[in-house]
Amino acid sequence: MPKLNSAAELEKWRKGVLSRRDPDKPSIAICAGMGCFGHDNGKIFAAFEKEIDKKDLKTKVYLRATGCHGYCEKGPMVIIYPDEICYMGVTPKDVPEIVSESVLGNKVIDRLVYADLDSGKKAVHPSEIPFYKNQMRHLIGSNTKIDPQSIDDYLAVGGYSALSKALMDMSPEEVLEEIKKAELRGRGGGGFPAGWKWKTARDAPGKEKYVIVNAHEGELGAFMDRAIFTGNPHCVLEGLIIGAYAIGSHQGFIYTRHDASRMKNNIDTAVAKAEEYGLLGENILGSNFDFHMEVHLDIGIFVSGESSALMRSIEGNIPEPRPKYIRTSVSGIWGKPSALNNVETWANVPLIIDKGAEWYTATGTEGSKGTKLVSLSGNIVNTGVAEVPFGTTIREIVYGIGGGIPNGKKLKAVHFGGPMGGCIPESLIDTPLDFDELAKLGAPIGAGSMLVLDEDADMVDVTRYFLGFLSNESCGKCVPCREGIRQMLKILINLCDGKGKEKDIELLEEISEVTGAASLCALGKTAADPLLSTLRYFRDEYEAKIGKGESPAEKRE
Amino acid sequence: MIMAKQKKTGEIIIQIDGKKVKAVEGMTILQAAQKADIFIPTLCYHEKLEPYGVCRICTVEIDVSGWTKLVAACLYPVEQDLVVKTRSEKVDKIRKTILEFLLAHAPNSPQLQELAQEYGADKDRFEKESSFCILCGLCVRYCAEVKKKHAVGYVDCGARREIRFIPEIAAKECHSCKECFPLCPTSYLQAAFVLTQAVSSR
Repeated sequence: MPKLNSAAELEKWRKGVLSRRDPDKPSIAICAGMGCFGHDNGKIFAAFEKEIDKKDLKTKVYLRATGCHGYCEKGPMVIIYPDEICYMGVTPKDVPEIVSESVLGNKVIDRLVYADLDSGKKAVHPSEIPFYKNQMRHLIGSNTKIDPQSIDDYLAVGGYSALSKALMDMSPEEVLEEIKKAELRGRGGGGFPAGWKWKTARDAPGKEKYVIVNAHEGELGAFMDRAIFTGNPHCVLEGLIIGAYAIGSHQGFIYTRHDASRMKNNIDTAVAKAEEYGLLGENILGSNFDFHMEVHLDIGIFVSGESSALMRSIEGNIPEPRPKYIRTSVSGIWGKPSALNNVETWANVPLIIDKGAEWYTATGTEGSKGTKLVSLSGNIVNTGVAEVPFGTTIREIVYGIGGGIPNGKKLKAVHFGGPMGGCIPESLIDTPLDFDELAKLGAPIGAGSMLVLDEDADMVDVTRYFLGFLSNESCGKCVPCREGIRQMLKILINLCDGKGKEKDIELLEEISEVTGAASLCALGKTAADPLLSTLRYFRDEYEAKIGKGESPAEKRE
Repeated sequence: MIMAKQKKTGEIIIQIDGKKVKAVEGMTILQAAQKADIFIPTLCYHEKLEPYGVCRICTVEIDVSGWTKLVAACLYPVEQDLVVKTRSEKVDKIRKTILEFLLAHAPNSPQLQELAQEYGADKDRFEKESSFCILCGLCVRYCAEVKKKHAVGYVDCGARREIRFIPEIAAKECHSCKECFPLCPTSYLQAAFVLTQAVSSR
């Protein structure tokens, strides 16, 4: 593969890739995401390979292990193109039949398609399946069409055209302006405007600047960044290179997990391929813009996903947070301006540059533009990763996409943002998915994990669980966080063990106030958020545990 | 650090507890206050060490364009016209609670007891878990930054965090040094105990 030295060479190569592909040739896309991996998708892939070999079809069909399709609940997922037949819960013994009936023939195997739980009504194509049809899959939609190991697959869906556009037709200032106009907000939890962060880094003094992908994703129940980065690594790289160009950075870092080997492998391949194609490195596409990339792994500590701790880690220090009285976009890694965004934020960048801020801001709400990936888990029929426009109500996500609550139970609450997040009760589920609306309710959207809780959930126990997690995962450096969590957890354990005392609720509130006000980093500052939100909406459950009022469980009976 | 020294430093005026105080750019609130003889309590601060900002007892209130913000005085850099309050209802409550947290681990520390009196902290507020160590990190950082030996360090994180001497280094270095012992805000004996434990377990 020769290096691509100009935009024209990139387009020529892309045309070549497309011309070698027959759109009518059957293509089998096997989900190789984490959920399906748990369902042994490797065996499905091997079975397809064997069957294709046996029938001598190697030149007649495309077979690819793709990134996450999103519908984890029904895995392993297999989609047959060009008819877009969606098979679920596929086993190796189904494979010969799929090949003979649906790949070679055009019959649909009834038992492997989606069937509605209540009516039994079948649906064959994603556009008819409730889980998919109620989504807007701008980011994750390409996952089913791409082998993450193949840069040509990414080019075939229009990849790197945004980078080419930015480098050739736009000045760094224009790129920055476009991102600001798109009102892109950070998807990692804070919701801080990315354009402003970039501008701060761009304007900060110093020649050397860094851009960083935070791919740590430690939030409990969050698995959308992994779905995107494992499934479509080039879209994140492309976003990062564009960002670097806008900021004036020539060195990027990807910080990811040591325990996600498939993701690491796909990122490594993507970086190597992008370098080979001349999309990374010196003089990218002949533009005179240089950009290099390094991949760093964590050491398995939750708090290393916190931006200042992450930067310490990249420096080679212990990943402990440091105070951010000077912003990391001014003084980050080695005291240099460092613009950090999470995977999903970077993944939005090529889309904005490609289609323009005006197109982008047409989706979403007043304060939250574009789409949001959410990961659904807990007491919900359809677990998985979904992408919806901001403004979609929580009800639509839980019932329209998530299929509601299993076992005929009632919904009690939806918890956002993992261990430092908060919940909303069932009565508020007509709230739109929106950074500001949810924050007002004490349940900030976080990275987008949605833990659905049914009527049996004991909210005090749920809170105890989160505080228990944080008690282990706090770095333990500052007193209000370490000791505050320790004391709150003790009280919560006592409450759950039936040893609650009269003034426990007031004491919890007092400690949470100090922990929130005096801790060094965001972990400590927000550690009490699950507590505060459950106290806000489910105070009766706490009171019942200290013998005040009726037990909510008894009330239901 | 070299960069900071090369930078031209200008004199600025800040306000601490209603008093106009001269300070130099690059200073922290704590340094400016100490220079003006204004007391801010500290537990993890030592003039020979890089500020660490973990005990949070030096938390003070500052005014940022009309908003009250709570910051660690040992870390926050001063700027022209900064308004600082070293005591307020909020600050005192934070200090009281922090002391109560720490007294659960080291109830007999004279330094903690003295501050407890000032802030009305109840040493029996929380159940005793006497580890004698409040993880101020003075010993760890002194050994690393001043002595450059790294004979004592942290192990584990969160609620399980503790300090340990590294037996291999401690056996060689510590008996002739022990300079970290008097820094300990809770107990000289505790440091000696942890060291003995490490060396004898070799």
